[in-house]
Amino acid sequence: MSEKISWTGRVRSATLEKFEPEDLLPDHQPAYVASWIYVFGVATLAAFVMLIASGLYLTLEGPAWWHTSSVGHYVNSVHLWSVELFFVFMVVHLWGKFWMAAWRGRRLATWITGCLAFFTSIITGFTGYIIQSNFDSQWISTQAKDGFNAMGIGAFFNTLNTGQAILLHVSLLPLVLGAIVVWHVILVRRRGVVPPIEVGGE
Amino acid sequence: MRRELSSVDPSKKWSGPVREYDLIKELVVAVVVVGLLALTLAALFSSPDEKALTMNSWSHEAPADFVQTAAAELAGTTTSASYGPPYNKNGEGQNIGPINLSKLAGVRIPIDPANSFVIEPLKSQSDPITTAAVSQWLAAPSKEQSSWANAYSDALLKDGKALTLTDAAGMYGPVPTLVTALYAMAKSGALDGALTTSDTTLPTNFTKPLLFLGDSGTYFPDKASAQHLSGDQWGVMNETGSWPGQSWLWLYSFWYQIEPFKSSGNADILVMSLMGILSLGLLLLPILPVLPRIPYWIPVHRLIWRNWYNKKKN
Amino acid sequence: MRNFLEISLNHPAHYITFGPFSVSAGNLSIIIAMMVIFTLALFMPFPNHEDHKVKGSKK
Repeated sequence: MSEKISWTGRVRSATLEKFEPEDLLPDHQPAYVASWIYVFGVATLAAFVMLIASGLYLTLEGPAWWHTSSVGHYVNSVHLWSVELFFVFMVVHLWGKFWMAAWRGRRLATWITGCLAFFTSIITGFTGYIIQSNFDSQWISTQAKDGFNAMGIGAFFNTLNTGQAILLHVSLLPLVLGAIVVWHVILVRRRGVVPPIEVGGE
Repeated sequence: MRRELSSVDPSKKWSGPVREYDLIKELVVAVVVVGLLALTLAALFSSPDEKALTMNSWSHEAPADFVQTAAAELAGTTTSASYGPPYNKNGEGQNIGPINLSKLAGVRIPIDPANSFVIEPLKSQSDPITTAAVSQWLAAPSKEQSSWANAYSDALLKDGKALTLTDAAGMYGPVPTLVTALYAMAKSGALDGALTTSDTTLPTNFTKPLLFLGDSGTYFPDKASAQHLSGDQWGVMNETGSWPGQSWLWLYSFWYQIEPFKSSGNADILVMSLMGILSLGLLLLPILPVLPRIPYWIPVHRLIWRNWYNKKKN
Repeated sequence: MRNFLEISLNHPAHYITFGPFSVSAGNLSIIIAMMVIFTLALFMPFPNHEDHKVKGSKK
């Protein structure tokens, strides 16, 4: 009884007790989960793992390293191609979920967190592009400042302040994106994979 | 055309037939496959790293453009000198209807180009001619400053022979000396440091050199156009060299290519607002009218779940 | 600093332009790859697992 009124008890019943172990780490899926389109969610996650790994390597060596070291340039290339793969897989995943009308059956929050992950990825990618400290980043940041300034955002997020962009890209944004992704995956596990659109059924 | 299919309630927990699955194995296989793919693509195609421009490279490669831009900063006729918020109050910013968000945010990154890009760096110089010119500039009323700088700037534009202009009529005041000294600082490499380390010794903020470079009439924009990076060339989504860029920004770039955005003075705020609305539309697509019906009308799902539907039919 | 595998992309890009649209060969390849992958995912047969009528026992 007392566990229901304690803060901890409430959090537990709002979180852990909503799940069965089989929901969180399933070893079975509904029989209709049988198409290659289902692999693109996990493929996006895998590309995210590669992004974090190559990004941490670049972080450990510091922002100037990859301009002067051939190993550094290769790690930067892995980071770039992981970004391209990440977006390719995410967009294919999004297309798949659209055509499955995957928001059905109380899955609106799953759709919304997926969209938030997409938008946050675009911002994270953008901050990555403007901290390259090469011609590309100089041009992109001077062009993009006008859009942010027009929105009033430029007064707080200054695309020309490379130090600010580095910290956002390396610490804050990966945390935010990571949290949204975890939330999204938990929602997928909580509600299960959306069943087929049945004739006559919504 | 109703078939004999039991209607499934998608909000109920699935209680029908299941198949074997291994979540952890799937994740590990995905990381290995995608990881190898990324490592291979990186080895095959590498990544771009076009050298950054500096005050030093600008003064060496396009001296006339550098000198003209520096004079225009003193005259207050560059883009950043008349930008408005968040840098200064010399411009209006962009409006969406009656709303001006940049003004609401205010001047939070104060930049006075004449001072920030020219006078402040020159204060670090110790030769008496430069020191005297800086003092003369600072002591003059702003009307006189702008008349000197404008006269010199106009003469440069007409003549084009930077640094050899003679001041026969005495119209330019200390401006030629200031501009020449700044040019010398740029050529020696000292200006790059001066613009990034005025607040702190750790150069992390490139607002000043990049705004200054952004005011360049030819050097910076010509290099960008040559790489197909200008705004009217879908620049934001492109990359230097032949590498793919941020192709996911295609819709954002698209609006800048068409009217009414293309020729609007408020293009940035209009495109940003439109993208905001469209993004919200994607976010809330499931509860909008019409759009969430599309997957029912164009039954791609018949293909995705074909095994399931076939089994159900038999 | 090129490795022996590398296919250099460090040269001016080729652009495909139609009307207001202009896209670099690099970006176009990514977009086409995305569409090809999506189509393949829809059409490629998925390895068939045995269906289990009853859900696997939990504990």
